[in-house]
Amino acid sequence: MNHKTDKNNIKAALTLATAALLGTSSLAQANTTSTASVDESTWEFDSAILFYSEVDRVSAGEAIFSAKKTFANDEILNLKLTIDALTGASANGAVAQPNVQTFTRPSGNGQYTIAAGDTPLDDTFHDTRVQFNGQWTQPIAPNYTASGGVHISKEYDYLSLGINGNLAFDFDRKNSTFSAGFSYFIDTFNPEGGLPKALSSMLIGDNGSSNSDDDDDTSPIWDENFAKTRMGSEDDKTTTDILLGFTQVINRRMITQFNYSYSVVDGYLNDPFKVISVVNGNTGFTQDNIYESRPDSRVKHSVYAQSLYHFDSTVLDISYRYMWDDWEITSHTIDTRFRIPLGDAFGTESYLQPHFRFYQQNAAEFYQPFLIDGATLPTYASADYRIGEMSTFTVGLKYGLLVNNGHDLSFRLEYYRQAPTDGGFDAPGVLNEVDLYPTIDAIIAQVTYSF
Amino acid sequence: MKKHMKLVLFIPLIIGATGCASLGVEPWERDLLAKDEMSLNASPVDAALDDHIYFSKEASSGGKGFGGGGCGCN
Repeated sequence: MNHKTDKNNIKAALTLATAALLGTSSLAQANTTSTASVDESTWEFDSAILFYSEVDRVSAGEAIFSAKKTFANDEILNLKLTIDALTGASANGAVAQPNVQTFTRPSGNGQYTIAAGDTPLDDTFHDTRVQFNGQWTQPIAPNYTASGGVHISKEYDYLSLGINGNLAFDFDRKNSTFSAGFSYFIDTFNPEGGLPKALSSMLIGDNGSSNSDDDDDTSPIWDENFAKTRMGSEDDKTTTDILLGFTQVINRRMITQFNYSYSVVDGYLNDPFKVISVVNGNTGFTQDNIYESRPDSRVKHSVYAQSLYHFDSTVLDISYRYMWDDWEITSHTIDTRFRIPLGDAFGTESYLQPHFRFYQQNAAEFYQPFLIDGATLPTYASADYRIGEMSTFTVGLKYGLLVNNGHDLSFRLEYYRQAPTDGGFDAPGVLNEVDLYPTIDAIIAQVTYSF
Repeated sequence: MKKHMKLVLFIPLIIGATGCASLGVEPWERDLLAKDEMSLNASPVDAALDDHIYFSKEASSGGKGFGGGGCGCN
C-alpha cells in the first residue's frame, strides 16, 4: 500500500511540476490529485533511457521524458524533452593505408594520427543535445482532427527549429482515415573551426604547437593558412516535408496504413568533418585528403506500408518502406515486431517482443570511396559510407511487464550491424590490402517506464 | 521503377474506393483494435529513439512520420 501511495505521489508531483512549467490552470486540478486517488485520464508520462555503443567508435546516451494530457473534449497536449550525449570516434571518410596517417582536427587546433591498416576515425566528437517538442491535437469538426507542433533542438554547434501541421479525416464508421501533413525545419550549423571549402585540401603539417592537443596554441602562419581552407563560420539548410496517409481497418484483427512522403532539403548539405582520399592510380597511396562536396539540394520520396495483425493472443507488426531521391539513392526497409504475451507466468502480466529490421541502400551518384590523383575533379564527391552502398540489420528483444497500478516497465536489447559493400570501384595498389568497407557493430540497450 | 511506385500509391486508393463495403468493423467489434498493442504507433518512445539512430546512420529517414531536420548527426 505504501508503494502505491508513493507512486501516486510521484505522478502527482510530476503533474504539479508540468503544470507549473506550463503555467496552466490545471495546477488546481493537480493539487487535488495529490490527496485523492489519481485520475488516470489526467496525465500520462513516458520516460526512457537508451545507450547506444559501437565497437571502437561512437557511444551515445539518450534520455526521453514525455508527458501527455488528454482533456475532456479529446484535445491532447503532448510535451517531450530529449537529452542526448555523444562521444567517441567517427569515420572521417579517408581510406586506410599501409602506413601511419596524420589528420588535422576539424577545429584546426591539433592533429591526430591513425595506425597503419586502420580506418581513419576522428575522435574529436563530444556533443550534448537538448530537444523540446510540443504538439497539440484536437477535433475541429465531426470526423476532422487537426494537429500542430513545434520542435527545438540545440547542440553546441547546431540549432534546429521546426513546425508541423496535420489534418486527418475519418470516414466509413472511422474505419478509414485520410491524413495530410507538412513540416518545415530550419537548421543552422556553426562548427568550431568554421566550414571547409568544398574539395579544398586538408591542411596538415606543423601547426606551431608543442602540444598538438593544446587548443589556442597554434602559430599565426598556421592559422592564416587554415583560414584559407574555410568558407565561413556558419550555414543553414531547410527541410520541407509533405506526408499523405491512408489508414484502413481491414477487419476485427487487422489494420493497415499507407503513406507517401515528399521531402525537399535545401542549403548546406555537406558534412564539414568528412574528407575523401585522393590516391595514386597505380600504387594506391594517398596523395591528399580533400573536403567533401555535396549538392545543395536533395528531393526525397518514400512510400510506406504498415500492417498489424492480432492473432489469438500475439500481435504481428510489419512495415516496409521504399525511398528514392534525386541523388539516385534508393533504399528498402523492412521492420517487424512480434508481441507474445506471457500471461501471469512471472507473477505479473508480461510480454516478450522480438524485433527484426533489415535495411538496404545503394549509393548516391557522387559517392566515391576515394578519388584518383590527376583525374578531373568531380563537382560533387563524398566518401561518407552512410551514402554509399550498404545493408544493415537489427535484431532485438524487448521484455515488458505491468508493475503496480498498471504502469509499464520494459527492457530492450538490440544488436545493430552496418555492412557497407563495394559498389564496383576498382581499388588500386595498396588499397587492396586494407579494409575499404569495414562493418560496424553496435549494441542498443533501453529501459522504458510509462506511468 | 517509378511506374511501380505509382502502382503502390494507387493501392490504398483502390482499397478506399472499392473496399469500403466489405472492409472495416462495426463499433462493437473494436475490442482487439482498441488494445494499445494494436496501435499503429504502439511504442512512440521506441520509435523516436530508433528514428534518431537510423537517421544518423543511414541515408533514409521518415516514411512513417516526418523525416526532416532535427540534429547535426547526418
